[in-house]
Amino acid sequence: MEVAFYIAAAIAIIATVLMLRGLNVVHALLYLIVSLLAVAVVFYVIGAPFMAALEVIIYAGAIMVLFVFVIMMLNLGAQAVSLEKSWLTPGIWIGPTVLAGLLLCEVAYVVVRGGDAHMGARMVEPKQVGIVLFGPYVIGVELASMLLLAGLVGAYHIGCRTTHRAESGNARDTHQRWAAPRRDLVLPGTDRPARTP
Amino acid sequence: MFSLGLIGLLVRRDLIFVLMSLEVMLNAAGLAFVVAGSRWQQADGQIVFLFILAMAAAEVSVGLALVLQVYHRFKTLDADALSEMKG
Amino acid sequence: MGLLWLIVAIPLSSAIMLAVLGSRFSRSVVTAWGVGSIGSSAVITMLVAADFVSAPPADNAYTEVLWTWIHIAGFQPHIGFYLDALSLVMILVVTFVGFWIHLYSAEFMRHDDGYSRFFAYMNLFVASMLTLVLADNLLLLYLGWEGVGLCSYLLIGFWYRDAANGLAARKAFIVTRVGDTAMLLGLFLLFTSLGTVQIQELMHRASERWAVGSTLAVTAALLLLGGAVGKSAQLPLQVWLPDAMAGPTPTSALIHAATMVTAGVYLVARTHGLFALAPTAQFVVAVTGAATLIVAGCSALTQYDIKRVLAYSTVSQIGYMFLALGVGAWSAAIFHFVTHAFFKALLFLGAGVIIEALHEEHSIFRMGGLRKELPVAFWTFLIAGCSLAGLPFITAGFYSKDLIIWGAWSAAQGHPGFWVVGIVGALLTALYTFRLIFRVFFGPIQTPVSKRPGYAITVPLVILAFFVIVGGYVKEPLLAFVQSTLPTMLEEGAAGMTETLSGGIAALAFLSGLYFAYLFHLQKRSLAEAAVANPAGRVLHAWWCADWGFDWLYDRLFVQPFLWVAQINKNDFIDAFYTGIARLTEALYRALQLAQTGLVRWYAAGIAVGSVLFLAIVVFS
Repeated sequence: MEVAFYIAAAIAIIATVLMLRGLNVVHALLYLIVSLLAVAVVFYVIGAPFMAALEVIIYAGAIMVLFVFVIMMLNLGAQAVSLEKSWLTPGIWIGPTVLAGLLLCEVAYVVVRGGDAHMGARMVEPKQVGIVLFGPYVIGVELASMLLLAGLVGAYHIGCRTTHRAESGNARDTHQRWAAPRRDLVLPGTDRPARTP
Repeated sequence: MFSLGLIGLLVRRDLIFVLMSLEVMLNAAGLAFVVAGSRWQQADGQIVFLFILAMAAAEVSVGLALVLQVYHRFKTLDADALSEMKG
Repeated sequence: MGLLWLIVAIPLSSAIMLAVLGSRFSRSVVTAWGVGSIGSSAVITMLVAADFVSAPPADNAYTEVLWTWIHIAGFQPHIGFYLDALSLVMILVVTFVGFWIHLYSAEFMRHDDGYSRFFAYMNLFVASMLTLVLADNLLLLYLGWEGVGLCSYLLIGFWYRDAANGLAARKAFIVTRVGDTAMLLGLFLLFTSLGTVQIQELMHRASERWAVGSTLAVTAALLLLGGAVGKSAQLPLQVWLPDAMAGPTPTSALIHAATMVTAGVYLVARTHGLFALAPTAQFVVAVTGAATLIVAGCSALTQYDIKRVLAYSTVSQIGYMFLALGVGAWSAAIFHFVTHAFFKALLFLGAGVIIEALHEEHSIFRMGGLRKELPVAFWTFLIAGCSLAGLPFITAGFYSKDLIIWGAWSAAQGHPGFWVVGIVGALLTALYTFRLIFRVFFGPIQTPVSKRPGYAITVPLVILAFFVIVGGYVKEPLLAFVQSTLPTMLEEGAAGMTETLSGGIAALAFLSGLYFAYLFHLQKRSLAEAAVANPAGRVLHAWWCADWGFDWLYDRLFVQPFLWVAQINKNDFIDAFYTGIARLTEALYRALQLAQTGLVRWYAAGIAVGSVLFLAIVVFS
């Protein structure tokens, strides 16, 4: 089992790195999904199968699919790739790497100091999780549901506005252009006619 | 993983990538919680991971809606273009 | 006697009420309050005086303490009034003359917009003057002193829309401020060395602890004299009084003739015990008085503005009072103060009538022949002028001035030189007075009369004229009365002069002055012009007209350097410190602004850095 853990962990990290360096959005997205699947395997190995399932279904399934939808809606195209390329100069990696490296060192230090732990002993049953969920953590559940509701409404509202404004703007523009001719194009003293809209 | 996500967040300018890095960071944090829960043989870690999951879902939906708005307004997904709060 | 506090309280409350609500009252209500308050104060004063004279209290002094003003360990001055012969005489004069002047100004100022404001200021002035005179400790006296200074400033600059009036008011305030500071220093000195501000107590302790001629006594006396010199416009601080004529005529009459300028005289008389311990200081008082009366007399001779002549005349007459104080003729000084108050107020009120009748004409060289046109003004002015000049036997001024001149010779601290000065002064006084009268009332009419005064103006004139004549006959009783508090003059051997002889020579001076004025200003006016055209005469005329160059001197000595310093400091180096702080803040702001790029990644990096540092602190400490 331990081998599985290490392999899955390595895959997760490699996939993440590849995702970071990716130029094409969709490619990066796929790398991310791979990373998430690897993490799901890790979950299973350390004895949280329910969480592994959730990770696949919700994270890799729903959230990433949402990403895919949006990317497809945006319809970025080839110039996005070149743009990314121009943005990702080598020099740009240094600062954040140092910063994140420091953070990593600190966390590692804390973990190592805390004494060693052994791996994945026994599984924590989904049943147990459920009991705790509806016991002490029931308020958290309610709050999470409210959060989801807020997210839903917000996303709908923000996403919806676009179309309305675009539509109304379009309508107004067309009406204006159709209703009144553009006087600024009439040149006095010449026989060039006004450009009809 | 968290550090990698942080690097991604700081480096990339494209908003989609930023959101993806954010997801990576969230995932990493959730992973940490589950591992801790497994270490101490309690269900609490998994509970927290559940909440993180729910939160990430909500956040992604709103975030992506915002990304759409930004694209329609500014015609670009460059995070650096959104600097109206300068000064 | 218990009504003493009302004498001060009524004008004070009237002043406050008029200041706050005056603009809402009608003219008649304001008049009723403004004039009536002083009137009732005068009535109460007379009642108190009658009480005092008929049944004098113990020690010839009555003290009434109203409340304790300040309550610190070792220093507890209270608001208290001290009534003795000296203060009684002063409050009688102040309220009585003040009442007639207020009545006069009810008509004089009737067309003015600031009617209620005027009466508020005048009432406040009377209240402050009464406080000054009745104060039983130096601190309360100083309060009244400052109050009269304030009212003087307000009233000189009454017509504030004209900038020149404001300048004159400022000049008066600043010059008297110099004197006030000296007085305050004297007050501090007295308190720190003797431990009290109660005047009577102060005199008592001073005579116990200080030897005659001790440095402390002389210093304190000279400092107090400084204050008196400032307020009474004596040399070298006399420069403010002529310019103070920019104020309304009733103001000049009340403040700058009858009452405020005599505050200095009162102060010296009140602290006579201190001056008795400092013969040097007393000598300085006499010298100041003598010098002032000559200087001012000469200046009065050359002025052409009717009010300025009277202003210099006031300075000169107060010089006489100072001379009297300096030689130890205390009661003579007070007697001269009483007579002076009446005739000078009358002169000023008459001048006001003339000025208004001739439609704001001030120059005496454009007046003439008003004898028939304004008969009441003429006769009252004539009577007052004769009193000023010292017409023998029938005017009060003759008696008081003669007393002083005689005292200058015969007093233990007197000196023949002072006597000569007094006689010359009498000559000068007669000269300029009759120059004024002949120019204004005699000769051809140059400016026609446009307005004649009503009853509210003529009645005060007549009443005051009556007292000017009658005043001479109260000399003996008045002197005897005042001597209950002030020491009598010590007479030395008269060495070849008797009182009658001195009086005779003074009368001679008067007659010669009268003759020369008649000659130069009525009979042969060309002589006056010739005197001025003569090169020596022209120089003298210009010099005396400009107040013996004091204004020029002060301008060079004080005003120009001050302006020069102010000009240098125009970019206020102290202010630069504060603007420096502001600029520093601004620079910091700009520096910090650089961190506000508006970029999300930048802010995220900020969060990351912060969390790294924070973790480092938590982990490694």
